[in-house]
Amino acid sequence: MKIPEIDLYLIAPEIIITAFGFLVLLVDVFAPKGEKKGYLGFLGLIGVVIAFFYTIPLMGSGKTGFEGMITSDGFAVFFKITILIIAFLTLLISMGYAAREGIGFGEYYALILFATLGMMLMAAGTHLIVIFLGLETMSISIYILAGMLREDRRSAEAAFKYFLLGAFATGFLLYGIAFLYGATGSLYLKDIAAHIAAKKLFDHPMLLMSLTFLTIGFGFKIASVPFHMWTPDVYEGAPTSVTAFMATGVKAAGFSALIRVFFTALPGFRPDWTSIMWLIAVVTMTVGNIIAISQSNIKRMLAYSSIAHAGYILVAFVAGNQLGTSGILFYLMAYAFMNLGAFTCVILFGKKGEENTLVADYAGVGFKYPLLAASMTIFLLSMAGIPPLGGFMAKLYIFSAAVEAKFYWLAIFGVLNSAISVYYYLRVTVLMYFRESEREITGLQFSPAPVIALILALIGTFYMGIFPSNVLTFAQKSIAGLM
Amino acid sequence: MDILGIPILSFLIFFPLAGAAVLLFIKNESPIRVVTLLFALVEFVASLPLFFKFDSAMAAMQFLEDGWWVEAYGISYKLGIDGISLLLVLLSTFLTVLCILCSWTAITFRVKEYMISFLFLETGMIGALVALDLILFYVFWEVMLIPMYLLIGVWGNPQRRIYAAIKFFLFTMAGSVLMLVAILVLYFINLKATGKSTFDVLELYKLGIPVTTQYWLFGAFALAFAIKVPMFPFHTWLPDAHTEAPTAGSVILAGVLLKMGTYGFIRFAIPLFPNAALDLTPLISWLALIGIIYGALVSMMQPDLKRLVAFSSVSHLGYVMLGMFALNTQGVQGSIYQMLNHGISTGSLFLIVGMIYERRHTRMISDFGGISKVMPVFAVFFMIVTLSSIGLPGTNGFVGEFLILLGAFRANTLYGVLAAAGVILGAAYMLWMFQRVMFGKVTHSKNEGLKDLNAREVVILIPMVALIFLMGIYPKLFFSKMDASVEKFLKDFKGKVEMKADLPAPKVAEIKK
Repeated sequence: MKIPEIDLYLIAPEIIITAFGFLVLLVDVFAPKGEKKGYLGFLGLIGVVIAFFYTIPLMGSGKTGFEGMITSDGFAVFFKITILIIAFLTLLISMGYAAREGIGFGEYYALILFATLGMMLMAAGTHLIVIFLGLETMSISIYILAGMLREDRRSAEAAFKYFLLGAFATGFLLYGIAFLYGATGSLYLKDIAAHIAAKKLFDHPMLLMSLTFLTIGFGFKIASVPFHMWTPDVYEGAPTSVTAFMATGVKAAGFSALIRVFFTALPGFRPDWTSIMWLIAVVTMTVGNIIAISQSNIKRMLAYSSIAHAGYILVAFVAGNQLGTSGILFYLMAYAFMNLGAFTCVILFGKKGEENTLVADYAGVGFKYPLLAASMTIFLLSMAGIPPLGGFMAKLYIFSAAVEAKFYWLAIFGVLNSAISVYYYLRVTVLMYFRESEREITGLQFSPAPVIALILALIGTFYMGIFPSNVLTFAQKSIAGLM
Repeated sequence: MDILGIPILSFLIFFPLAGAAVLLFIKNESPIRVVTLLFALVEFVASLPLFFKFDSAMAAMQFLEDGWWVEAYGISYKLGIDGISLLLVLLSTFLTVLCILCSWTAITFRVKEYMISFLFLETGMIGALVALDLILFYVFWEVMLIPMYLLIGVWGNPQRRIYAAIKFFLFTMAGSVLMLVAILVLYFINLKATGKSTFDVLELYKLGIPVTTQYWLFGAFALAFAIKVPMFPFHTWLPDAHTEAPTAGSVILAGVLLKMGTYGFIRFAIPLFPNAALDLTPLISWLALIGIIYGALVSMMQPDLKRLVAFSSVSHLGYVMLGMFALNTQGVQGSIYQMLNHGISTGSLFLIVGMIYERRHTRMISDFGGISKVMPVFAVFFMIVTLSSIGLPGTNGFVGEFLILLGAFRANTLYGVLAAAGVILGAAYMLWMFQRVMFGKVTHSKNEGLKDLNAREVVILIPMVALIFLMGIYPKLFFSKMDASVEKFLKDFKGKVEMKADLPAPKVAEIKK
């Protein structure tokens, strides 16, 4: 009997994140009660940084391990880096926000690390069970995180809603995986593709069912229409730092798994899923943007905007070419910076017991807190796709992928949606700069950690807009093994 | 040519940004004004060598800068000017100085933010005019939007500024996103045909595109530019934006931003898609004619001075478009000349309206009357500018309009006749307005005590008036700069159109075989 090879260095980042998660819990137990526990977040940051340095050497190694269940191809490494950046910024934001809202205990930081672990596994898995385990690790952590504000009814509602619907969606996903296994006899993505190609199972009803279920399951995680119903309520109710984490991290991980499964295991069904995803992309963009216009709560508005962004990314998914896939990687990283930045601004605009999350609360703050307002404006303009910001470059790649693949109408729908989105992003700037405040917002406190996160997000947004070459080249190299 | 070791065009783009950065560290209002003016002046002086060092005999791009921006994707940082953009760049730097001057006392709050916006705007304008890479151009084109949006929205008239600002932004944005798709389509057509991934316009000029595709692409480009010009029926944002913007905003909007639309046609839409442009000439010419007549008629009925000037822009830009799409030497030269004229005449008109508004806080024509008696110096300037706007011989307006009419007659007699009729309407609404505001008895007691122009205001208007006469009396100075480029533009255009006309021939031959 052959003893399976244990390639621990391939999952070193994951191991480090897990270890630090437990470490945070342990330190929390032995820490004196009642004091502020910002250092727990700091511990998490250290873990993320170490994991980051263990991820870098994996770059370009392209090795697989654990009997081919885990890979460290460029795609996985790129996503891991994106996810670690997201985790890093989230922890920074949390160190201010969680302390302010009284949820800064060990479990909070540990769960963020565990969710990060799940996301990284989703990106690295080439076996359906690994992907599923990653997804569950991530989801369960997030369910709890969403309900962290125990005193707040909306937070409880968010957690409950997300859990119920999420469990249901997970069921679909698992069902899809089961069908896939039933039809092909394997859970390895490559074997599935090989089996389908060898036996020419392109009309196999079980596989078509599986395709549908997988679309539903992943569609839920990335918040695409019509599986988006939970998004606004959950984003609104969850603690803002968690919302930021969900909007960027969960989405990135969801897309990584979606791309991996569809591109590696089911390339033979491309004509089938192209037409479905085409429709989903258009509907997701349009519904997200149009409903965002009428939102009065900024977190809900950003929720709908995140739905719309899922739609843009799906445009590149439909295009399915080199440019599109590397465009998705670029987009998700740019989106992480600008969206986390925007949520950081939302957090900084609030204070204990006064969250100021109504769009109307932003009236007149433009000249009162000029730097904060200017940052918010930059993030929103970036999301609207105004150059020279990261969001513009990201959209440029996405739409050029659609044009290259001759999906002209999809590109046109995409840019028109961008134009629509300008309206609600601008509405916030209109309030900030053009209107006088009806209610004075005073005494905002700027603790250092979120401010650092804000600055990093700004740097990222500008860097990806003005000097996109490096990241783009990196993204192009990263997808080499995938296609 | 370098300034401080930086190539001149890059210097012109980024110097205002440096100014904006410096302003961030200044606290008091008066030094902010002075520093901004200094930066604008240095920028203007730095742009003058372009005019003197420009080789008039050369039709190709000059002061070229070529480097990569995003090499992986073929986006270059390519800058250059020819005789067409040269004068527009100078107009931009020149008008910016005047705009800073005319905002001296008119802007009383958030001066720092105002000045920063203005310098940002200058960066965007210069960048869009000198960019020779489509994506680079698009970036600057969009960058212009945000400061202008802020200028209208924050410092505009209290009543409708927000509406006007949003309308301005959304109209322009909606047009330009479709252009972006067209740019991408063009890129991939080129990639397929030549294997080169590039957004360089000079490379893309060489491309032969199937005529049906040209229609689509030209349509997308033309929509973006037509909104910006604005051509009838996409002009509705203009009166609002102009009327609500602060004076300097209106000046720069009329003087430079509208020219971006016409410049876009001449630099991108026509040379890239010549067959589509040729086939759609009647449509565009008719829209231009409608704009001329309609703009003039609506102007005539405006009770508000600023709105009147705004609608007169629709009419004037109609001439520019008509001349350009005459597609002959006279028409195109007149069209470019008229772009400059409009910047100077209409810019001056907005300045003048702003000056009287600062005194009276009203712009209603009915609130004035007999002003010439109270403000004689003002009256002289106003008269000269009015006559220049009408196109009186000896002023700049005459040269431009005359050439455009000449070009239009050569292209199609009917166009010429209708456009000439528009000139009469133009004289009618301007002179009638002038008469109601300046002559007659002083009917409002408030008008009796109005102070005449102060030194700063005279300093603002003198260069404008000087240019009006210089361009009217000695146009050769400017035409000599653009002659070669215009000839090349037309030669390339005709060459491409004829080449396309030959294209089907081999196919027929093939079938016969």
